[in-house]
Amino acid sequence: MKIDKNTTLKIARLARIKINNNEIADYSKQLSNIIDWVQQLNEVNTDQIEPLKKIVEIPATFKGDEPELKDYSQDILENAPEKIENYFVVPKVVE
Amino acid sequence: MENEFSSIDKLLKLLKENKISVTEISKHFIDKIKKSEIKAFIHFNEDNILDNAKKLDDLKSKGTFKRIHGIPIGVKDLFCTKNIRTTAGSKILKNFIPTYESTVTSNLLNEGALFVGKTNLDEFAMGSSTTTSYFGSTINPCSKDKNKKLVAGGSSGGSAAAVSANLCLGATGTDTGGSIRQPASFCGVIGIKPTYGLCSRWGIIAFASSLDQAGVFSNNVKDASILLEIMAGYDNKDSTSANIKIPEYSKNLSSNIKGKKIGIPKEYDTENIPEDIKINWMNSKDYLQKNGAEIISISLPHTKFALPTYYILAPAEASSNLARYDGVKYGFRSKINDSLDAMYEVTRNEGFGAEVKRRILIGTYVLSAGYYEAYYLKAQKIRSLISNDFKEAFNKCDAILTPTSPSEAFPIGEKEDDPIKMYLNDIFTVPASLAGLPGISIPFGNSNNGLPLGIQIIGRHFDEQTILNISNNLEETI
Repeated sequence: MKIDKNTTLKIARLARIKINNNEIADYSKQLSNIIDWVQQLNEVNTDQIEPLKKIVEIPATFKGDEPELKDYSQDILENAPEKIENYFVVPKVVE
Repeated sequence: MENEFSSIDKLLKLLKENKISVTEISKHFIDKIKKSEIKAFIHFNEDNILDNAKKLDDLKSKGTFKRIHGIPIGVKDLFCTKNIRTTAGSKILKNFIPTYESTVTSNLLNEGALFVGKTNLDEFAMGSSTTTSYFGSTINPCSKDKNKKLVAGGSSGGSAAAVSANLCLGATGTDTGGSIRQPASFCGVIGIKPTYGLCSRWGIIAFASSLDQAGVFSNNVKDASILLEIMAGYDNKDSTSANIKIPEYSKNLSSNIKGKKIGIPKEYDTENIPEDIKINWMNSKDYLQKNGAEIISISLPHTKFALPTYYILAPAEASSNLARYDGVKYGFRSKINDSLDAMYEVTRNEGFGAEVKRRILIGTYVLSAGYYEAYYLKAQKIRSLISNDFKEAFNKCDAILTPTSPSEAFPIGEKEDDPIKMYLNDIFTVPASLAGLPGISIPFGNSNNGLPLGIQIIGRHFDEQTILNISNNLEETI
């Protein structure tokens, strides 16, 4: 399966990762190699097989839906690259 | 004194008998870490260690002595540690200081652990060499030639190297596809990845959530048992953590393996394994047989599909988990401010390294419209088959014996031009990860080049005791 340059750019856009022009060819080649290599899974017939849903067979534990009343806003903002009062700051998104 | 500093068990005894203080212990290890040149740690703060040692000494003088009181422990820099920089080996988190403590590290601190530093790792735990870290490569202390430094394995290479070089007596690691077992094998130490759900994942920076599991490095099986029983346990902050009673592994530790059925999977005996690794594997089998175990041949028919399955599922989960690094909430942010999207895209390009970006792109591709069924769903179905293979095998045996890795530690810089070559390091460890099974790597034998090799023992879900006991038997044999 060949991943062409346009596909690489499309995936990069979906993943919100800028790829520089000089990197597109390399990424396309590496991604194609990896996708080619995983194609071997097509040797396995999985028509009647259910996808794995539970990794270990232990019952899930229920917990009460009780809110915790501590205000974590300062903790959450602590590592923000840019903040004003109780808000994260991002580049302007409206005209 | 060096010998007393080699095991948790021995050091605890000295502390209890008041023959040594935590401060003295801390000074010994600080000195060793400062002299060390293997770059096992990303973060190390002498004053913090001394402060904490003094607090532990004060506690002890007031009559409180905890289960691992004053024992020096390294922490993989993927565990969030409150007020201590936690980077995941990435530029994107290079200045991140968590405001909370992970459950596993909390459990260790509550029992008196003395953290000596945050250990190096492959960026976001993606790698098998600890060379993709933004902070440089860790050097395997078993390297024999100064001009040919070897990798420590990965992703938990810093932890494995630190324990191997006696810079601490135990260390935490995480294992998604082999990230504890493979570096343990390369560095000649014990490494255990418990059953998925035994330890809480809360506060561990996520890579692939259906596979990630915390575990332990140590120099002997008893120490691994002591640390594991402290780290493990149900946590209501992680809905996948198992609500079970944690056995007293160290108290129950035995080397009696009489009548234990040990399976040898024929699919692991491929022509691609080097001869010395194969012979070593067969030697370990012979020892266990001589010591009373019953050896049986088993089949895990879908083994060869485990690695490609893993390299669909793990990147898929990673692409989703790593979406959170957007330059807004924490971590590195690019100066590009033209638009919100431009800021996201440049931040993520500059903040992530090549392997992380590759995996995010693969993950995005296999989850994207039109490809989801062909890749992700297909891989989840094969994961079912792999899991069933093990279920059937465990109807016939109590544990499975394999080599840990298809190679000895390789030179830094090797295998880096070809991602798939690097992925093949995990060929023996990934199947158990996909099935959520516990696996341990125990140092056993050497390669033709005199480097340590590891033997992997895989157990049933939540049967860590059996694999610890078999390891204990093998350890006594060597």
